[in-house]
Formats: sequence, C-alpha cells, structure tokens
Amino acid sequence: MKAGGKEERTLANSVVQAIEQEQVKPDRPLFRAGDTVRVHVKVVEGGKERIQVFEGICIDRKHDSIRESFTVRKISHTVGVERTFMLHSPKIEKIDVVRRGKVRRAKLFYLRKKIGKAARVRELR
Amino acid sequence: MAKAILGIKRGMTQVFDDQGNIVPVTVIESQPSVVVQKKTVETDGYLALQLGFGEVKERRVNRPQRGHFARARVTPRRWLREVRVESVADVNVGDEIGVDIFAAGEEVVVTGVSKGKGFQGVVKRYHFRGGPASHGSMVHRKPQSAGATDAARIFKGTKRPGQMGHERVTVKGLRVVRVDRERNLLLIRGAVPGPDGNLVMVRGE
Repeated sequence: MKAGGKEERTLANSVVQAIEQEQVKPDRPLFRAGDTVRVHVKVVEGGKERIQVFEGICIDRKHDSIRESFTVRKISHTVGVERTFMLHSPKIEKIDVVRRGKVRRAKLFYLRKKIGKAARVRELR
Repeated sequence: MAKAILGIKRGMTQVFDDQGNIVPVTVIESQPSVVVQKKTVETDGYLALQLGFGEVKERRVNRPQRGHFARARVTPRRWLREVRVESVADVNVGDEIGVDIFAAGEEVVVTGVSKGKGFQGVVKRYHFRGGPASHGSMVHRKPQSAGATDAARIFKGTKRPGQMGHERVTVKGLRVVRVDRERNLLLIRGAVPGPDGNLVMVRGE
C-alpha cells in the first residue's frame, strides 16, 4: 500500500481502508511483469457459470490496494490479445504462475511491437 | 419515523458486487442521530424533527445550547439539523436513528455543502467556452456580453464571475449499496457533495 500519500492524511483513511482491506484476496500468488500466468476467470454464459482460462505474459501491474490490477498479453491465432484484470476481483477463481520471466523493466509494453520469436521473455533461472 | 440520518463523508472507494462488477461507492460514517426536538404545527407552524449528531465536549457547548440539550435529556451533540416530516406523532424526543433505517438497494437523497472553489470566472463556473487563445484575440476567458444595451442594466441571474461551490447541494437518486450496522457505515453508490469529512444528511426518498 502507498504510504505518506493523500489518503494517509485525511480522516477518510481508516474507515475506507478497512473496507478495501476486507475485499483483498490474500491467496493471490506473487508474480510480476514478465511472468507467464494462467488466469482462471468465471464466465456466465446462458445462465451457467464456467471457468475460462486465459494464459499469457503479464506485461503490467498496477498497485493500489483493492484497485490493484494486472494486464496479461497472449498471441491468439496470430492476433495479440490483452486483458486487464482486477487482482482481487471475485470473477477470478485463481491465478497460476506458470513461468518466471527475466525482465529488466516493470512495464513490458515493448512486447506489443515485437513479432514472433522476438516477443518472448527469457525464463528466470 | 423520519427516514433521515446525519453522517460524515469518509471518502470514496470501490466494492465488488455479487456479479463481480466494480461499484464506485462513497463511505458515510454515522453514529446514531438523536431526536433533540419535535417541531409541531402548534408551536412552530410546521412539522419537523431536529436531529443532533456528533460528539462534542460539554464545555465547548454554550449555555443556551446546553439547556436545549438538557431539555431533551440527551448529551450535547456537535451538529443540529432539521428534517421535515409528515408526522411527529410516532417519534419521541431522545429517540435514536441509526443506519439500520436504510437497506441495501434503497434509493436515497444526500444533502451536503459542496467543495468551495472560491471566486471563479465564468469558464470554470458556468462552462462558458471562452475565446481564442491567440491570433490577436483579447477575450481569452472573459464573459463577453452581459446583455442588451437598451436594457441599460444587467438582468438578475445573469451568469457572471463569483463564488463557486461551498453551497448546499442535494443529490437525488443515489442507491444504498451496503449498510454496516456494526461500524455504522453506509455505502452509497456514486458521489456525494463536499470534501471528505463533510457533514451530510441522508434521507429516504
């Protein structure tokens, strides 16, 4: 959580932060940009709920308490697809970390311009 | 019973609903409001309840006020606000009104004092378009015409620069998302007037 920010000073922080903290899902695994993740998303289709898996490289993480989000990029039938998820969303059943990537920056937006073999991330050993 | 309570705006955040969608909410904290006085047609010419809310040190309350609270047999409160009601017959002085008078999903009206913006020009205050920034223009943010010249005066209500904000604002059609009895919290969908820490009144529709 951000420290020393505006929220810290206002009267708001304790009550509002408590509400946010309650919604945080503690079972989310640790992962960062460059890691390959498998996101199990609950989808409601025709009144029935099922789990859909979205697997790809995490290219972006945004941290802010309950608003924490991450973006996953994958190439689906030669088309690049990106999905941004709320980390603590109840729609996400679970997140598996498939592979740890070795990257030198926090946001991997450069991958969008890379094609084929160049769009890979080396595995962290 | 009056469907109204006083509370403090604590700030905004978001919650997930049962479908997993994000709902923007304002958190309003409220200790139970207490009925301090009943205004009746016989004594005051109209029907209303005076509600007291918020803690205050006894010595901070002036003597006339202390007497007013003593008469109602309640401890002094920081704020007193009135609510118009249809009938005061079913309410007693000293009754407490808590957040539990509201239920999730209910429509409410929230009144408060908006954030003060100070003395502002017409572009910010009334969203006038303003003039061109350059090419010899000399009318950047001016209000331009204030009316016809044959009127020889400016009509009342003409939009001109002046104090913006810090006025009583009522927002209707807001919805209660969650009621937290234990912590005396109301989560209301959308925004509510004023800065965090602002005194607001929440009323049922």
